[in-house]
Amino acid sequence: MTDTTEKAAVQAPAGPVGAAPEPAPAPRTARLWRGATPWLFLLGPLALLIVFTYAPIANMVAYSFTDWDGVSPELHYTGAENYAELFTRSDLFEVFWVSGYYLAASVFQIVAALYFATILSFNVRFRNFFKGVLFFPYLVNGVAIGFVFLYFFQDGGTLDSVLGLFGVETDRAWLGTPESANTSLAAVSVWRYLGLNFVLFLGAIQSIPGELYEAAELDGANRWHQFRHIIAPGIKPVLSLTVILSISGSLSVFEIPYIMTGGATGTETFVIQTVKLAFQFNKTGLASAAAVVLLLIVLAVTWVQRRLVPDDKVDLA
Amino acid sequence: MNRRTVLAMASGALLLSACTGTGGSSKGAEAKAADDPSKVSGTITVLTHRTDLVQDGTMKKYAAEFNKTYPQVKVEFDAITDYEGEVRIRMNTENYGDVLMIPAVIEKKDYPRFFASLGTQAERSKTYRFTDYTTVDGKVYGQSPLGAVPGFIYNKKVWSEAGVTDWPTRPAEFLDDLKAIKSKTDAIPYYTNFKDMWPLTQWTDANGSVSCDEQATTGLAEGDPWAEGADLRTADTLLYDIVHEGLVEKDPTTTNWEASKPRIAKGEIATMWLGSWAVIQMQGAAKQAGADPDDIGFMPFPAQKNGTFCAVAKPDYNQAVNIHSEHKEAARAWLDWFTDKSGYAADNLALSPLRSAPLPTVMKPYEEAGVKILDLDDTKGAVVKSIDNQSEIGIYKPDYRQDLVDLARGATKGDLDDFLNDLGEKWTQTQQSLGS
Repeated sequence: MTDTTEKAAVQAPAGPVGAAPEPAPAPRTARLWRGATPWLFLLGPLALLIVFTYAPIANMVAYSFTDWDGVSPELHYTGAENYAELFTRSDLFEVFWVSGYYLAASVFQIVAALYFATILSFNVRFRNFFKGVLFFPYLVNGVAIGFVFLYFFQDGGTLDSVLGLFGVETDRAWLGTPESANTSLAAVSVWRYLGLNFVLFLGAIQSIPGELYEAAELDGANRWHQFRHIIAPGIKPVLSLTVILSISGSLSVFEIPYIMTGGATGTETFVIQTVKLAFQFNKTGLASAAAVVLLLIVLAVTWVQRRLVPDDKVDLA
Repeated sequence: MNRRTVLAMASGALLLSACTGTGGSSKGAEAKAADDPSKVSGTITVLTHRTDLVQDGTMKKYAAEFNKTYPQVKVEFDAITDYEGEVRIRMNTENYGDVLMIPAVIEKKDYPRFFASLGTQAERSKTYRFTDYTTVDGKVYGQSPLGAVPGFIYNKKVWSEAGVTDWPTRPAEFLDDLKAIKSKTDAIPYYTNFKDMWPLTQWTDANGSVSCDEQATTGLAEGDPWAEGADLRTADTLLYDIVHEGLVEKDPTTTNWEASKPRIAKGEIATMWLGSWAVIQMQGAAKQAGADPDDIGFMPFPAQKNGTFCAVAKPDYNQAVNIHSEHKEAARAWLDWFTDKSGYAADNLALSPLRSAPLPTVMKPYEEAGVKILDLDDTKGAVVKSIDNQSEIGIYKPDYRQDLVDLARGATKGDLDDFLNDLGEKWTQTQQSLGS
């Protein structure tokens, strides 16, 4: 990887100089051109990636070793003090219990998405319509979803009136206690992200050759058998990717609880807490350290998971 | 291996450059007032949080009026919705307008790095209120164009329907009045605005209003705000009791600030703790909802000292001149004109920063009842701010009061005394660690 980078970096400028004035470029230059072309195409995305992803991360890591407040021109290097504070204050990690709600919800989410994806990959009436219905919530802006569901859960709001239609009179403040608030917020998150999982699964399922089903049917396999022995192993890489995404997503939940409750009533997640440290109490240094720690936790969880479920080649033969 | 070291060094260099990437600053610049208005010239940009006034053209009208005195100055407005969030980022550069409102995040000691001085405090405080809030080493760096006093906005009709005509003078009496409202009317006695969060922070303004003490801010810096009998303990206990007795809306977690305005005007809500600045908004909402704006009343915190109520005058955002501005004279001209002559304070029914100006009409009831208006001494304001941030309590942030409301309505378990004592302990410990 790095080898080619260096070569390209050295040779790329030589290309145009040699190529432009000569009517018939030497074969050597042409070869150089061919080697450099992919890197020229990559220049744009790589520049964007470095400027907007890696440089900020480097900055964040740098800030995590300082006591910067976010605006003051003065900042002091404090060594690992922020990290020491982070790890000696257990209250900062208690908020991870909230992620449990989202983790439980994402189990439900994956099962539901898998179910719908399997059903809709067979011939069902109105299947394109249902695909649209399921995917649509994912297209809606997260902030808008937050506001919509605020009305939904309001006292006498949509949920209460719909339940009223069925004769269920609830007098419940849906966001009123930590348990019901977190459950409600996790439900919103399922509503929002189900579509994404669904589309990933659907794509994977449709890449399985159709003859396999036919053959299986001839052998007398029913739908459950087909799912168990063809679909499930066929989409294994996507399935494990989804699980990784769900876990890291559950650890870093942010916008839905931030917009709907602002972290009140026990719905504060680790990211909300970090944002509050940085922008409410002006502890940008400590917040950067918290962000770095979250990043490391997510990386560690992913690594462990890849170890437990290695990424085998799919083999349906 | 070799390549790795190169990579490590490169990222190390990146880190270093990030650390040192904060430039120096020119200290001690001053924005002097011009002698001859007709000679002041330049185009200045004014950053403002009043997006509503920029959109409806009110700011343009002010600018046109300003140009009658200063014909050579062109004023442009930059209305910013997320003022705090956006300006704090812009302040890492030199490009943050010519005139701006000082974001709350800027520490007082840094004012001389960011803003041009407007003169000495000894001189300015003769004419203007609130100079304390922006004074560093005897020099003033900002001026609030308006001020407000805290108080309960209430619906007069609802309160009199419940049989209450006199302002309560003790928290217990206030609670009884709210209970009367609950039993005799259909109104929600008190509305928390829990979900919108910032209205809860207004409770901190009771500090000083309860004890009638001009040194209340110093008290926060040096004492325990939640000690027995302290102002914040009194205020927080009242809030707790109101919620605990069930005198609030059924579901505080889904309140709606915008919707609450017409509701108080129509008498669906009886009371809210805000500030004099809110009266004009409630009256506007009343007109729109077809209710009588005169029903909106305003009363002080239910506590008296020697038989009189007190209310603390607080500044709004302080306006300042960017130290990097190329047209400091023009910027200063705008700032002075806006404070003295624009009528901005009067238009907002707010307290004028000019000591000579009369009290606004919304405060007539205060004037008639002889409520004492206090100007707090803010010498220790910066210390209070740093204790507040360091301890992560946030007396000007909503979090701990949201926890208080949750506690009061039984959503979380615990005891009020433990809760307040905990806060006090955290506060005083931080005080000591910062002092050492």
